[in-house]
Amino acid sequence: MSRKEAGISKGVDWSLVWIYLLLVAIGITAIFAVTYRDGDPIVSTFFGFKTDYSKQFYFFGIAAVLGIFILLTDSKFFTATANLWYAVGIVLLLLVFPFHSNIKGTESIIKLGGFNFQPADFCKIFVCLALSKYLSQPNMDFSKTRSQLIAAAIALLPAVMSLMQSETGLALVYFSFFLVMYREGLPSTILSIGFTIALIVVGTLLMERNILLIVLSAIALITAYILWERKRRRFYVVVPVIVVWLLTMGFVGVGVPYFFKHMLKLYQVERIYSTVGREVPIEYIQAHKKEYVQIANAVPKDTDYNVKQSKIAIGSGGVLGKGLLKGTQTRYEFVPEQRTDFIFCTIGEGFGFIGTTIVVLIYLLLLFRIIAIAERQRSVFSRCYAYGVAAVFFFHIVINICMTIGLAPVIGIPLPFISYGGTSLLTFSILLFILIRLDADRQMVLR
Amino acid sequence: MSVFTQSRSYIVRIIFILAFLIILIRLFALQVISSKYQRLAQENAIFKKIVYPARGIVYDRKGKAIINNTLMYDLMVVPSEAKGVDTAYICQLLEIDTAEYKLRMLTAIIKNGRSRASAFESLLSPEKHARLEENSWRLGKGFYLQDRPIRTFPFGVGGHFIGYTGEVDSAIIARSEGFYQSGDYVGRSGLEATYEKVLMGQRGVQYWIKDNRNKLVGQFENGELDEKPEAGRGLHTYVDAELQQLAEKLFQNKVGAVVAIEPKTGGILSLVSGPNFSPEALTGPNFRKSYGKFVLDVARPLLNRAIKGQYPPGSTFKPLGALVALDEGLITPSFGYPCGGRYYACGHGKPACTHHNPGHAATLRLAIANSCNSYFTHMYRMAADNPKYGGVKKGFERWRQYMNSFGLGIRLGIDLPSEDAANIPDTVDYNKEYRGSWNSCTNLTLGIGQDKMTATPLQLANAMCIIANKGYYYTPHFVKSIDNESAGDTILKKYRTRHNVLTSITDTAFEAVMSGMQDVVEHGTATGAQIPGINICAKTGTAQNFRFIRGKKIELNENSMFVAFAPRENPKIAICVVVENAGFGSTAAGPIASLMMEKYLNDTLSTASAKKADEFSKKDLMPSILKVEQFIADSTRAYFYYNLTKDSTYIKKYLHGDVPEKKPDTIKPKIAIVKTTSPKPRPQKPAEPDSQRIGLIYRDELWDRSIQNFRRRETVS
Repeated sequence: MSRKEAGISKGVDWSLVWIYLLLVAIGITAIFAVTYRDGDPIVSTFFGFKTDYSKQFYFFGIAAVLGIFILLTDSKFFTATANLWYAVGIVLLLLVFPFHSNIKGTESIIKLGGFNFQPADFCKIFVCLALSKYLSQPNMDFSKTRSQLIAAAIALLPAVMSLMQSETGLALVYFSFFLVMYREGLPSTILSIGFTIALIVVGTLLMERNILLIVLSAIALITAYILWERKRRRFYVVVPVIVVWLLTMGFVGVGVPYFFKHMLKLYQVERIYSTVGREVPIEYIQAHKKEYVQIANAVPKDTDYNVKQSKIAIGSGGVLGKGLLKGTQTRYEFVPEQRTDFIFCTIGEGFGFIGTTIVVLIYLLLLFRIIAIAERQRSVFSRCYAYGVAAVFFFHIVINICMTIGLAPVIGIPLPFISYGGTSLLTFSILLFILIRLDADRQMVLR
Repeated sequence: MSVFTQSRSYIVRIIFILAFLIILIRLFALQVISSKYQRLAQENAIFKKIVYPARGIVYDRKGKAIINNTLMYDLMVVPSEAKGVDTAYICQLLEIDTAEYKLRMLTAIIKNGRSRASAFESLLSPEKHARLEENSWRLGKGFYLQDRPIRTFPFGVGGHFIGYTGEVDSAIIARSEGFYQSGDYVGRSGLEATYEKVLMGQRGVQYWIKDNRNKLVGQFENGELDEKPEAGRGLHTYVDAELQQLAEKLFQNKVGAVVAIEPKTGGILSLVSGPNFSPEALTGPNFRKSYGKFVLDVARPLLNRAIKGQYPPGSTFKPLGALVALDEGLITPSFGYPCGGRYYACGHGKPACTHHNPGHAATLRLAIANSCNSYFTHMYRMAADNPKYGGVKKGFERWRQYMNSFGLGIRLGIDLPSEDAANIPDTVDYNKEYRGSWNSCTNLTLGIGQDKMTATPLQLANAMCIIANKGYYYTPHFVKSIDNESAGDTILKKYRTRHNVLTSITDTAFEAVMSGMQDVVEHGTATGAQIPGINICAKTGTAQNFRFIRGKKIELNENSMFVAFAPRENPKIAICVVVENAGFGSTAAGPIASLMMEKYLNDTLSTASAKKADEFSKKDLMPSILKVEQFIADSTRAYFYYNLTKDSTYIKKYLHGDVPEKKPDTIKPKIAIVKTTSPKPRPQKPAEPDSQRIGLIYRDELWDRSIQNFRRRETVS
């Protein structure tokens, strides 16, 4: 990492490194603001590995060492071992099933010594590498449906496994790899179909199902009529409309309810509905009767308490913020998961709109820099990898911040480089440093 | 290869920018536009702790405190910290059992949460406090003692004018526009309420930071924003505590009121309403118990009869009637009326007069001394039919104005809440009743303080002040001065304004009235009120006393009234005494007034008087109808609740009062009484003279009717 070692510093994109350091510094400051207690000696607690900010600092140290190792590694190592890493990742994910320890309702963590190890988190790196490897094959024709399906399978296999480990948030991250595929030529129609499906899903949340069905049928009817009139009243033109209509009806009437009833846990359903600001329909509660009884017997909980408190914290920061260590909302534990998923509140409360804007703009800079780097690569592998990194970061940043300001359901994914947590810091650091390493060899064609 | 898709990199960037733009807009809305989140965060994290100042002290005219503050202690507990304490030991110290300990702990947790302090036992008795203080080290971390200022009453007098402090209710909070918050203590009646702003002082505020479990973690901004409390200011009153003590002693077992005023200033020396109670009864932990008892008492001890009791003034009004005629120039002190025992001018020979001998009303002085009904009826008729005003209605209106300027029929404006105006009838009243055709004969008994005229004891005492002062008065009030009085204290301003009522009466005319009143004491109806060496001017009164009981007008023993001022030469005290149901003015009210004047003017009672006071205080003049009424009220209530709950303990509780108070936590045995037996009336006490007068039949009749009422209610429901 230092300029003295000309060997590894050659071709390194220093702007990325500086942004990285800046974000980590912001992160440690934010964690410090949450967990520092008045009167504690700052220096000794900082190096004592007792407090969270000290721990994060040491995690950063580990990440930095790993980064240096990565920078010292030959770029070809990553292309050569990409598939191997992917296999390792899948095996690790499989290992989780028998060996997981039950922490906070997730089944995705293995305890190794004193550390909690979450393979699903690291798997992002492996998927990124493997997908890039697949897409950069010399005879790759991504316009073929087969290649598209394989690529999707590579991205979504860990997602399915994460989902089985009750890690919905992490599973959703893998969908961000479609951005890579989009860049590599995935037809827009597929994305727009995906978008339409998403729109319909949101529609089912916001509207009564029967009303939605009527609206969709009306749209289908109008479309069919227009086509019928335009195409000289031939029957065949209406067929696809009817098929699509039937599919949609099936999706809305059966698919979505099935998903809510059988694929999701009740608390997830509640979170989703609390984001759109509606009550959970009774039929879903009935489907989750067992869980509902458990919840009802437990202490009644405000489902959107987190979001409410988080919004209060951010909103109370005002334009300039209350200052470091002055935020009453974040200092006195009103926001749960303050150090990890809701770390953005601390920035919002302590430094106000100015602070949050600066952080958001730094992230935007990071993403733009990564895209710029991606576009200057000679090898497809590097470009795909860069896009993968950008997509993962983008998804994390947007969903995490939207979570804290009440625009997205609380799915528990960390804010890159800022949230407290060894695994997430290491994962994001490795992702970034591999990119920096690949970028250093941007003139090479990696296969 | 996929070079053609390079343009998609821009689309990706656009997607990024759009997403971040949405975030920034949302952040702008949250942080810059909306201000509610700052308030919410404050509500979340900042705890405004109100620091209460000591309330002001109230002194009597000799500078002795009649309301003071003392510190009592509450044992506070923080449930989350009170773990591993020696429960048995604490129980032993507080004389409770472990079940009670657990119950109190639970109550504390429910009330204020685990991490906040709640009162475990409030207002510890001195012994318990001493015990706890000594052993505080054994109590553990969760328990501590907190001081709490509370009102004390060194003389234990003045329940009716001191008032009480109590927690604010929603109405007070609403009226104060947010000044008071729930949990605040405020003067709820009497002087405590009137002078609330002076007595309460300035509340202090401490800002504390609390965490998500409501635990206070430290002072906000190091206490720089805190405001220090400022103690309430003291009040110096005219009240003579010893005189008040004597008056309250004399009023034991009597219904009525006494008001004594210093004529020169309008300062109230003593104000008693019977039945009386000690101000302690409504303080702190006693309040709930006493208040319930008082409310259920048909003698209505909470009614301040001194300012709310409306009595027909009867003969005590006569000197005032004379004053009106004198001021109007209708008569001179030498005016006489040929009364032969009845007033015949209106044809029906009413009212009758106690005296028959001609010449008993030959002058004003004689008329007052002999309390001639005819003379004062004539006075009233002369005033009402005064040709100067043309017509009885205008004349009457003028007469009424005189009454109002004397303070009758209007609220005087004493510094106590809820004073009554009593009644001086209006022309409107008579026009309505007689359809406009009435004359001074219609309401001629107004001249002798009857008809529709009523007055409160305060008003009558004030009227005495007017005579004593020869024509002026100050609004009666308690408070002479406020500590550190400033220009902002406007509350006393109206009490320092002299009201000149009678301007055209000569000194000699006043002297004639006074001589007449002095004659009353010297050889008239009030000879028993004489005090050696002091010239007293007085007037007795005996007014009929009716009571409506369930639609029936029952005549009770007369109200005994007595108004006086003394000494004649330099009046220092004006007094009005009303004793209900006690007969003639001189029998009950006279001695009280006389003893009080003696006490006040000589500063002590002679041995003979002291003996008389003792004897008099033991006299029971409670109307025996009250016992009947109480019985009816209690038994109907008992029957009602018995019907409601089918729990026969109610019957015992109300009718005998000997059932121990039930603890709320004990399990109530389900008593199923199949046969409803109506409770038997108490064994009858030996009949008293006026209960015979009412007739024992009433008792049974009323009882039957109340039972019928309930049966009816039952069938309806």
